[in-house]
Amino acid sequence: MALNKMFGAIRGRAPSQKLARISSQMQSPSSLRSFCAAAKEMTVRDALNSAIDEEMSADSKVYLMGEEVGEYQGAYKISKGLLQKFGPDRVLDTPITEAGFTGIGVGSAFYGLKPIVEFMTFNFAMQAIDHIINSAAKTNYMSAGQISVPIVFRGPNGAAAGVAAQHSQCFAAWYGSCPGLKVLSPYSAEDARGLLKAAIRDPDPVVFLENEILYGEAFPVSAEVLDPSFVLPIGKAKIEREGTDVTVTAFSKMVGYALKAAEILEKEGINVEVINLRSIRPLDRATINQSVRKTNRLVTVEEGWPQHGIGAEICTSVVEESFDYLDAPVERITGADVPMPYAANLERMAVPQIEDIVRAVKRACSRSARGK
Amino acid sequence: MLFEDMVLGRSFEDMCAQMYYRGKMFGFVHLYNGQEAVSTGFIKYLKEGDYVCSTYRDHVHALSKGVSARAVMSELFGKATGVCRGQGGSMHMFSKEHGLLGGFAFIGEGIPVALGAAFKTKYEKEVLKNDKADAVTVAFFGDGTCNNGQFFECLNMAALWKLPIIFVVENNLWAIGMSHYRSTSDPEIWKKGPAFGMPGVHVDGMDVLKVREVALESIARARRGEGPTLVECETYRFRGHSLADPDELRKPAEKAHYAARDPIVALKNYLLEHKLADEAELKSIQKKIDDLVEDAVDFADASPLPPRSQLLENVFADPKGFGIGPDGKYRCEDPSFTAGTAQV
Repeated sequence: MALNKMFGAIRGRAPSQKLARISSQMQSPSSLRSFCAAAKEMTVRDALNSAIDEEMSADSKVYLMGEEVGEYQGAYKISKGLLQKFGPDRVLDTPITEAGFTGIGVGSAFYGLKPIVEFMTFNFAMQAIDHIINSAAKTNYMSAGQISVPIVFRGPNGAAAGVAAQHSQCFAAWYGSCPGLKVLSPYSAEDARGLLKAAIRDPDPVVFLENEILYGEAFPVSAEVLDPSFVLPIGKAKIEREGTDVTVTAFSKMVGYALKAAEILEKEGINVEVINLRSIRPLDRATINQSVRKTNRLVTVEEGWPQHGIGAEICTSVVEESFDYLDAPVERITGADVPMPYAANLERMAVPQIEDIVRAVKRACSRSARGK
Repeated sequence: MLFEDMVLGRSFEDMCAQMYYRGKMFGFVHLYNGQEAVSTGFIKYLKEGDYVCSTYRDHVHALSKGVSARAVMSELFGKATGVCRGQGGSMHMFSKEHGLLGGFAFIGEGIPVALGAAFKTKYEKEVLKNDKADAVTVAFFGDGTCNNGQFFECLNMAALWKLPIIFVVENNLWAIGMSHYRSTSDPEIWKKGPAFGMPGVHVDGMDVLKVREVALESIARARRGEGPTLVECETYRFRGHSLADPDELRKPAEKAHYAARDPIVALKNYLLEHKLADEAELKSIQKKIDDLVEDAVDFADASPLPPRSQLLENVFADPKGFGIGPDGKYRCEDPSFTAGTAQV
């Protein structure tokens, strides 16, 4: 009940980074459930759907386009009900022409419309990557600020289950290296709602990397999150779980794995701090470094390939800014350096699992002279 | 008016060549000599508020659309007074106020973007209920682009959704050194229009009056809401693909054939023959343009280079890249928002 009062008090003032700070002080989402009997649960799918719905209602310049987003209700049902509500002029089923329709989206954004371009998976976006990078990301710079591109590119990213090499690549590192793009990757329903709304309102191109497996997962959401003006800041990470011994950074599905690994490690006396990156670009180096200065150890987790990955960038950032605080070399957990295999057992080996995170954390903790 | 515009294009491009060889211009420069009739013939009949999207051969499209010669020349010199403050360069001319959607370096890249502007017009009309929305978009591209997938994707969608766009193919028969006939299974590009459900027109791109006829009709068609048109303009570039191209593969006979059909000379003869202007008038127009181009060069020369601080500007429209808060204002302007990461 005290929690409800706290949220009520904040709602008046609205800056939601305060919300993030307060919720980070809680131990874990499960304890939130025990406090608020009134807290609802929402799947990531519904969170995304409601975010798009609300933003399209609020601003008639926002429209959705992609393959199967209309009559099929969305390849992953994210756009369910939107065609019925907004009509075929605002929810466009496109032919299978990624390069073409992405270019159309970018061109319409040049002069003020706000498209949401859905890619069935980000793998298919490779056929349109010319427009994402060359026409969208670089235009504000090339035109010296004359033409901004308020577009959102969204879709599932990374490995699903058994979909093999051409459907399983994680693109966070590729898009994250490009100036002119903002790259976001939500984990929970709250992240999905807040970050997508922020992305749609944003005047710059945003690449929004979702995860197919997370679509069906339900997370508790507070009344604050359900409010139509709920927006999360771009460029701020969230400390999902506070700890003192080691910092683990992750984004998207890996946050869930990291939290579970943290619970296992708690029993063995290792107190893990889990950071949900939320924003790949701009990367919240301040939060990461602050955390490492507290815990002195870092493990980065990602599903993508190791070379030039997100973990590589985080490691460098920490080495550059907090070298003296590190008690052990940075551990990187990434997907295997292979195209994704098909066989179920091979696929499990190619992607980080909870046991891998546990092992790496233990390695990071036992390498220091003090041991622990 | 047509004569003046074409002479402006030609003189400007000739001056560019001079400046390049003197070292004032650098990088990739693609000149438009010989193709002026296409640019003038179409763009001069657009309204203010219509859109033009181009390729890397975009100087003359910019000039015809109304960007000042000074701004274009400064941009080419890489100065801060250029149309894109020196950040775009020869291949990337953008002008929001003139509706110039850009020069794009990748061929075929500009076509979907142009289609997006046409889409926006249709959206404004149908969803935002703005009856005055009737802007027409013209997309210029070359013969090489007509073999690119994006071209076909856009023909399909333009006809499917009846978008107000005109696809203008500047068929100058050559990519860099690759002849159109060696790279295309069916070299008659205008035929590809009807395959997608839109009219395909072939016109002599060296004759500005013929181009004008086709332009007026297709612009009116698009403005009425009847959909796209594919116009193939047979034209020729008198210089190489770019200033770095030695232009050795094109036969002199071919070049001579088209040089004899120089659009500016043709229009001049027409005007004199039909007594629409006299020699003195045309000479004074030429002089006026020469002065204008000289002035542009002087202006560009005298302009300052972009300041160091400009390097990191304009990456995002949102000043520091942190997005917009729930109150609708930039988050980085909220005093309680901590600085974070978007700085170098």
